[in-house]
Amino acid sequence: MSRENVLVSAQWAEDNLDTAGVVFVEVDEDTSAYDGGHIPGAVKIDWKTDLQDQVRRDFVDRAGFEALLSARGIGNDDQVVLYGGNNNWFAAYAYWYFKLYGHDKVALLDGGRKKWELDGRPLVKDVVSRPATEYKAQEQDLTLRAFRQEVVDAINVKNLVDVRSPDEFSGKLLAPAHLPQEQAQRAGHIPSAINVPWSKAANEDGTFRSDAELAEIYGEAGLDGGKSTIAYCRIGERSSHTWFVLRELLGHTDVKNYDGSWTEYGSLVGVPVALGSE
Amino acid sequence: MTAAGCGAPEQGTALPANIDPGKEVVLSGTVSAAGQPVGGAFVRLLDSSGEFTAEVVSSEQGDFRFFAAPGAWTVRALHRSGTGETQVTADGPGLHQLQVAVA
Repeated sequence: MSRENVLVSAQWAEDNLDTAGVVFVEVDEDTSAYDGGHIPGAVKIDWKTDLQDQVRRDFVDRAGFEALLSARGIGNDDQVVLYGGNNNWFAAYAYWYFKLYGHDKVALLDGGRKKWELDGRPLVKDVVSRPATEYKAQEQDLTLRAFRQEVVDAINVKNLVDVRSPDEFSGKLLAPAHLPQEQAQRAGHIPSAINVPWSKAANEDGTFRSDAELAEIYGEAGLDGGKSTIAYCRIGERSSHTWFVLRELLGHTDVKNYDGSWTEYGSLVGVPVALGSE
Repeated sequence: MTAAGCGAPEQGTALPANIDPGKEVVLSGTVSAAGQPVGGAFVRLLDSSGEFTAEVVSSEQGDFRFFAAPGAWTVRALHRSGTGETQVTADGPGLHQLQVAVA
């Protein structure tokens, strides 16, 4: 895997807005961002209502993913380019989803909406409709997804990378600081996890740092390249960003995203929890 | 548990009804350039070590809001028209008002 296959620049994107077989998809939690102006021709996916089961805490199943992509007019052979707000958190989460369900031709727009806006590139309010397809998904690739028992078993065995902010890691905050802090679960982190905030991997404009910079950041933080890795955050979207960096950009082979993340782990009865910065 | 999302709620000066300013450390303010409010700025909260903690986009009126904890914080704004930052020390719960000018 190399950077050229999984990341496209804003300039490449603007040059390929009308290229047949390239589909731009905006992924946001706040769909008003898309409605207020989106990349020309882009369709939208709402990470919560479109990608999550609306009853259980889990993903849409294979049939649901097929129905979603078919309705959005995305075909199995299309090159999908994902972008979004929040420094591409939810776009990275969707990228992981696309890989989970076996879609290979998918890339992230480097810098997402932020870089696009800072560059002053065009945003339009046009209603986009693409002809429906008959998309076929694969079974979930569970080599990419970690579940809770596997995480407990990974303590002191695998690399556990907590990508939340230092104050969430230490237990001072329970959620990112733009959200209210009252939560049901306990504060802290999984014992033996290293704390490498997702933001270390990004420049201020939302683009990813160079491969050399990224390798240095995770190496200095103590990530053991010879071990398997599980990344987690609070709900699994920021850790998708780091999963993307470790597996897709740096080429680590066994990297899983724990989508249950702290909202699940911090609510489990009887599991060990560590506090403070170590 | 509140909404499971990580996206920023709509930014504005009025606190949501379910927020108790007696419990939360709220850092709220406005981004401006040449005295005029700036919407669409990327406003990030940095902790006392300068590490990224959160980011929101300012509203059309230039408003932003963070839910922090007691301590020293830096608020930094990034916009096509420039950048700017301000520091704040929150001693405890309550509403802390800030102004960030970008140039």
